[in-house]
Formats: sequence, C-alpha cells, structure tokens
Amino acid sequence: MDSSRHIATHVINLPKSGIRDFFDIVARMKDAISLGVGEPDFDTPWHIRESAIYALEKGKTHYTSNLGLLELRRAISKYVAKNYSVSYAPENEILITVGVSEALDLACRALINPGDKVMYHQPCYVSYHPSVTLAHGVAIPVPTFAKDQFALTVEALRAAWQPGSKLLMLNLPCNPTGGTCDQAQVEAIARFAVEKDLLVLSDEIYSELTFEGVHTSIASLPGMKDRTIFLHGFSKAFAMTGWRIGYACGPAPLIEAMMKVHQYSMLCASIISQEAAIEALLRGEDAMKKMRDQYHRRRDFIVRRFNEIGLKCHLPRGSFYAFPDVSMTGQGEREFALGLLEAEKVAIVPGTAFGASGAGFCRACFATGYEQLIEATNRIERHVQGLAAKKS
Amino acid sequence: MNPVLKLLLEGGSLDTAQMAQVLNLSETEVTRQIAELKAQRLLLGWSPVLNLSDEEAGMVSAVIEVRITPERGGGFNRLAERISRFDEVKSCYLMSGGYDLLVFVNGRSLQRVAAFVSEKLSTIEGVLSTATHFMLRSYKEHGFLIEGKAAESDRLKVAP
Repeated sequence: MDSSRHIATHVINLPKSGIRDFFDIVARMKDAISLGVGEPDFDTPWHIRESAIYALEKGKTHYTSNLGLLELRRAISKYVAKNYSVSYAPENEILITVGVSEALDLACRALINPGDKVMYHQPCYVSYHPSVTLAHGVAIPVPTFAKDQFALTVEALRAAWQPGSKLLMLNLPCNPTGGTCDQAQVEAIARFAVEKDLLVLSDEIYSELTFEGVHTSIASLPGMKDRTIFLHGFSKAFAMTGWRIGYACGPAPLIEAMMKVHQYSMLCASIISQEAAIEALLRGEDAMKKMRDQYHRRRDFIVRRFNEIGLKCHLPRGSFYAFPDVSMTGQGEREFALGLLEAEKVAIVPGTAFGASGAGFCRACFATGYEQLIEATNRIERHVQGLAAKKS
Repeated sequence: MNPVLKLLLEGGSLDTAQMAQVLNLSETEVTRQIAELKAQRLLLGWSPVLNLSDEEAGMVSAVIEVRITPERGGGFNRLAERISRFDEVKSCYLMSGGYDLLVFVNGRSLQRVAAFVSEKLSTIEGVLSTATHFMLRSYKEHGFLIEGKAAESDRLKVAP
C-alpha cells in the first residue's frame, strides 16, 4: 500500500531543499574542505556553555513561561533598545522561540490567512518560501541583484507587488548574499510598506555581523514599530546554532497571537538554552566582537581571492557569506559546484538552493580557519584555470 | 594593532607566505614587519607548546616562590634578571603579595630541579627564601587545552 497518499497536498508540493541533496553528496566525500556550512566555526564561548552547566546543576530543568524566562526577556529588551534603538516591553512584547526559524513559522501561522500574499527577497534563506506555503499563504519572490550589492530596492518591490499582499519578509544582512540595505534604503522600504499597508517580518539574525556602516533596523524607524515583527536570535553572533534559541519582538497583540501557536506546539524554548542566552547577552559582547573581527578579516581575504581568480564577487557588508558570480566559467552554478567538489574536493553551495534568482552564483561561507580558506581558494583557482584551459 | 601581529595571534601556524596571502602583502613585507616587531621587543619569539605532563616530553615542571632583598636604585630588577638568565627558568614574574618573584622552572628530573633550587637559586646573595611546588598534571598550556577536542569536527559539512 502506498503510504504517501496520506501526506497533505501542500506538503507533497513543497520542493525538497536544494541544499539537502548537495549535503548528501558532500557527506559521502572524505576530507572535503567545506565552505558550505551556514554557521560559525567557533564553538560557543565557554562562559556561556558553563552557565548552562551551572543552570543544570541548580536544577533548572523545568518548563518556563510560554513567553520565556522574564529575566531573558528583560535582557533582550535592554539589548534591543541599546543596539537597535527600539524598545519592547519584556512583559508582553517579546516571545522567546526555538531559533528564529520557529519565530518565522509562528509569525506565518499566526498572521497569514489562506491565500494571503507574502513578499520576500531572493536569493534568501531556504525556509522563507516553505514557511509561507505551510501557512497556506502565497509567497511572492522579489529579486535582488549583484549590481545593487544584493540590497533590496523599492523598484524591485514595486515591480513584484500584487494586490492582496499582506506581509513583507526582510533578512538584512542576507543569507546567502551578504547584501544589506543602508539607512536610506531601509527608510524607502519602510515608506513602501506604509504605502501598501504591509506588515514587516524582519529577520535580523546577521545584524551584529555588519562590517561596514551601521545596521538600521526597520523597526526603529518612526511609525514602523507598530507594523514590524523584529526577529532575532543567538545562533550567528554568539555562535550558538545548536542551542536553538531566538526571539520575536513586536506589538503586544501580534506577540500574543504568535504565543498562542507557540504554546500549543512548542510550549516553551529549552530552559537550558534560555539560561545560556541570558549569559550571552549579559557578558558575551567581547567574545562576539572578537569573532566578528575575525570574520571581517576572513571576508576581506576571500572576496579579494575570488576577484583575483576571476569570479566576480561583491563585498558582502554583513553575514559570513561570500556570493561570487561563477558564470564566467561558462558553467551553471550547480554544474560548477559539483565539478569543483568532484575535482578539488571543495564544497560551496549553488546559489539556486536559495531561490531562482541565485542563478549564476554560489555561496561560500568564510566562517572557517585561514588555512582552510587559503587552501580552498587555491583549489578553486586551479579548478577555474582548468576550466578555462579546456574551453580555449 | 599591527595586522601581522593580529594574524600571529589568531592565525595558528600560518607561514609567512600564507600570512602574505591573507593580508594581501608581499612575503618580504610580512618578513620585514615580523623583524620590526622583534626589534621592538614586542614579538620575542616562538616556542612549541608541549603537553609537559606527557611522558614523551620528559619534563618536570615546578613553580617557585622566591623572596628576595630589593636594592637601592634597582629594586628587584637586578636579581630578577639574573635569575631569569638560567636555562632552567622558563618564565619569571615580579608579584605583589607574600613573595617577590614567581619562577617557572623545567627540568629533566625532580632531582635536577631540586639541585637547581638548592645549588643555584637559593645560594644567590639577596635570595631570602624559596618555596618550590612541583606540578603534577597540566590541564591547559598557553591557551591550549590538554584534553582538547578531536581534530575532526562534528559540524555538518553543508547547512542552510
């Protein structure tokens, strides 16, 4: 009997993650250098890990409030006010979630009616489109382009907008492009959101890893707090991916709605992770800045190397991803990435894993040690030269 | 901070060619800057970090609290520098508190370290007393954990 007939139609129709099949190939390959990860190479700073051990020793093994520990919400409120210039009440405007991914899913499920349209920029993190689909919404991609350093422009938003659009998802700085928007651009996006009466879901998980200029949160702009849900977490800046801890801040009624879904599905985020997150916010800034400085220098190196090799690469202003254009090799991004893996055992991710507008590009994560980066870029250079020699 | 120095601190065991690549400098320039750091006595040199409690290292380590008589004009410096010159002495610090110098000593055997203390260190004029503590086991050396994590990371090879 075919058990797959029991699967819901909208789940059957979800495409498999483009990263998943690539992962399967790399996993089989021994001693490949991987620039394919989406997380810091640093382990979580020890003082944060130690605080989790201490919490366990003290018997912190119980449920927390659905919203999360009040102490953590207070710390988040202070941190967000200080670094993003927008204030949220710890009592009813902040919800602790299992990573930003859960926050995103909650927002979609709490806010989208079947058929509502949700705009998101592309290339983007793999779960945006599926989260909308799973909430029975209609996802509308808005392309971003290399000529704009992959910043989201209002022109592109305007061109993609359709009647019935309700939400706009932002991820600045962006995985996989490293693109972000400066204050004027964010202000223009905010004006567009007001004009079209869009609610904004702003995933700012990479915001601490902004290397040039100042990160501007759309929530901090006049009038925007009421129509923005600010999503953030600890994974990237504090090297805490495996802890699965994030949060959503927004107007109380929206947080309440998200909390309803959260309480019936997740109940609460792990108390251990919440305890560790408190430590990260209270005493993690130095370690975080040290890691950011290292990413900064690695970024300068890898981007320079890609351009030397001939793979045109814009300077990503945030995140730990470089997004070089591989089209000069005459190959598509997938063909290039597979060939590179086969010939030189270096894993990078084809840009189309992050949406159709990633065509022609590949994502290379530079959250890895210098020796690996040097060796990987040397191998990529050899591979590109080999392809050029074959062509001529 | 000087970028070469920064890279020396965070880059692990990069050679000058690799450092040149990372910093977008010529190898000659990196070598020149390293020489300059040495001339400034900011960079003193390199030494491998060994697990001294491993038998292979064949080392006995001790830390010695030394009380000395300060001298008019030079304070503790002359004696501290004199003690520092012994090959057995790996590090030497002037301390606040109940003693003056904290001296880290390595030797081939317990007897050799003991002989150094009784024959060399405590016989120096101006050394008032010594208290020698032998190290039994090392847990961390110069920032490296002895029971470090395995080289093979369990990080996923590809992740979104």
